[in-house]
Amino acid sequence: MKGIFKNPLRRWFWLFLGPVTAAFAIGFVWPFLQGIYLSFCKFKLIRNAKFIGFGNYLSAFKDPTFLHAFWYTALFALTSLLFINILGFAAAYVLTQGIKGSNLFRTVFFMPNLIGGIVLGYIWSMIFDGILSRYGTSILLETKYGFWGLIILMCWQQIGYMMIIYIAGLQAVPEDMLEAAKIDGATKRQTLFRVTIPNVMPSITICTFLSLTNGFKLFDQNLALTGGQPFIIQADGSSIKTTEMLALNIYNTFYSSNSASKGVAQAKAVLFFILVAGLGLAQLAYTRKREVQQ
Amino acid sequence: MKKIIALALTLIMVFALAAPVASAADGSVYWLNFKPELDEAAQQLAAMYTEKTGVPVKVVTAASGSYSQTLTSEMDKSAAPTLFIIGNQAGVKEWGEFAMDLTGTPIAEELSTDAYNLYDEDGRLVSIGYCYECYGIIVNPDLIEAAGHSMDELVNFEGLKAVAEDIHARAAELGFDAFSSSDMDGSSSWRFTGHMINLEYFYEERDAGGWTECPASLSGAYMDNYKNLYDLCINNSLTDPADLATGGHDAENEFKTGKAAFFVNGSWEYAAVSETVPNATMIPYYCGVEGEEMAGLNCGTENCWAINDMASDADKQATMDFMVWLVSDPEAAAIMVEQLGVLPYKHVPESANGFLAAAAAYSDKGCYVMDWATNYQPNVDDYRAALVSALNAYNADQSDANWAQVVTAAIDGWAVQYAAANG
Repeated sequence: MKGIFKNPLRRWFWLFLGPVTAAFAIGFVWPFLQGIYLSFCKFKLIRNAKFIGFGNYLSAFKDPTFLHAFWYTALFALTSLLFINILGFAAAYVLTQGIKGSNLFRTVFFMPNLIGGIVLGYIWSMIFDGILSRYGTSILLETKYGFWGLIILMCWQQIGYMMIIYIAGLQAVPEDMLEAAKIDGATKRQTLFRVTIPNVMPSITICTFLSLTNGFKLFDQNLALTGGQPFIIQADGSSIKTTEMLALNIYNTFYSSNSASKGVAQAKAVLFFILVAGLGLAQLAYTRKREVQQ
Repeated sequence: MKKIIALALTLIMVFALAAPVASAADGSVYWLNFKPELDEAAQQLAAMYTEKTGVPVKVVTAASGSYSQTLTSEMDKSAAPTLFIIGNQAGVKEWGEFAMDLTGTPIAEELSTDAYNLYDEDGRLVSIGYCYECYGIIVNPDLIEAAGHSMDELVNFEGLKAVAEDIHARAAELGFDAFSSSDMDGSSSWRFTGHMINLEYFYEERDAGGWTECPASLSGAYMDNYKNLYDLCINNSLTDPADLATGGHDAENEFKTGKAAFFVNGSWEYAAVSETVPNATMIPYYCGVEGEEMAGLNCGTENCWAINDMASDADKQATMDFMVWLVSDPEAAAIMVEQLGVLPYKHVPESANGFLAAAAAYSDKGCYVMDWATNYQPNVDDYRAALVSALNAYNADQSDANWAQVVTAAIDGWAVQYAAANG
């Protein structure tokens, strides 16, 4: 027993782990548990929440705007995942071929990632409208403009980030393998698909995970670029916000003035967590299987 | 072991330093302010009051358009606002239960009218107006004259239309246009989805003999009148209607710099506008309703104070004292009047606001006041968002089908949002 405490690391581990554990518990675990509890409650203020059971979940499933937001988000996440990763990988591949000015390009491509989402949304809405107004339309008038506008924005912002991860992966591909492929007479294309890509699978795993979850969780850019517009005004007077994604739908639900809506929004948020966590884990498991051991 | 004790003692000392110092006074005031343009003056008033009485006053101003979000999160904190805003019926529904009944309190005694007070279903006085505002169409009389017209022509929709269309047609020659831009982004769309649409609600309300609570549905009888004025405004303006969706035009500046003769807005603009257009005045929403020659301005308020009933008795008392001081101390009341215009209290100075003077002039002539029926808008954020979306489509293509969508959003949307807010 005394031996354990002789080791300074064992004796002091709590001092190093303590602050992080406490911060994680206060900042994440406790609010998360409270959030789950609140999804079963009717409340205006957290202090006077009343337990009501599964009613909020039923209302969430019955809400057509939530389902619309789900499918729209899924389509967006998938499309942005493909574009961001293919273009990010392509940029990384080109910039590891030893061309002049690679470092400058890497820095420049990475920089959009440093700008906040709300600012990006407003800037891009001006850029898009500057072009679209020549044709008498606006990004707020057509769902397809809103969709592709957001894809372009996200690609612009995220490609550089993914590119950095891919560059690290590409630089870790063993030289001897590439040389062996060359000696064996493999074409550039064969080398890329048979040697390089299998070796950067760990990077692909992390990048697809990040872009998939980013796509689902997107909020700032969505709020600032279109805010859900255009709406389809239905004959009965209700409306569907055609470019509203899940996170924005939850936000809008929470701040509507119906006293029951906060609990419903909370239930939606829990469903949202299960969805994103589930998808993320499934995707991790899928791509991990394709990683090769070096 | 000594080291551990030393460390523990150090930690205790650090935490002791960080712990809040207990307040000397019994109560304190936390005012969650609603009007961004009042922020500077409110901070000044708070400092003045603290200096005078020693009672700490904290003023936080929510960003434009985010009051309900800020209030929601602030009310859950242990140091919640003691003084907050319940400005309309939707607010009474949402926050009324947290508001103290102000009936018979010292601040209620100071009021000169109860016209702007809000009561809940049980007849509790949950909030009281602290200023009174008006909105309509701000006019630059010099530009009207420069275009060869007279203010006397602006007495009904036909007159307004003739003048506005003439100015717009000759804009290149005159060097100014009729209306300033009517942007549809969040910083400007409320002028049309919250204010101008009030003419539709007001005339419906008048036909119904007055509303005492939010009606479950509207008939839409006056949507054509809304269209009259809205069309005039977007089609005789500096900006092509198709370019309004994402905004970016500064309507106030367009008016201030003499580029436009008309500006749809309210009395809170007086301080800014009168800097360069000292004789700016305001005319009612003329829209083609019969007998509108006798219309006045849209008068009312969304600025109503409520005291948080969950606060401690000492804090409630401190808040009450602070409110009474704001509207009775000569120095404080003067600042309030300068910033806010007319205050409905007994011991406040006269206001120099030209637009509120115009409102009074209309009333003196026997014109009817258009009250703020817009304060009944159900589920207001969602309701207005849908209306903005429909108006965007209409601005880009002014077809009948697109107007029908605007009507659906405004009228059927009311019923839907009423059901959503009350379901």
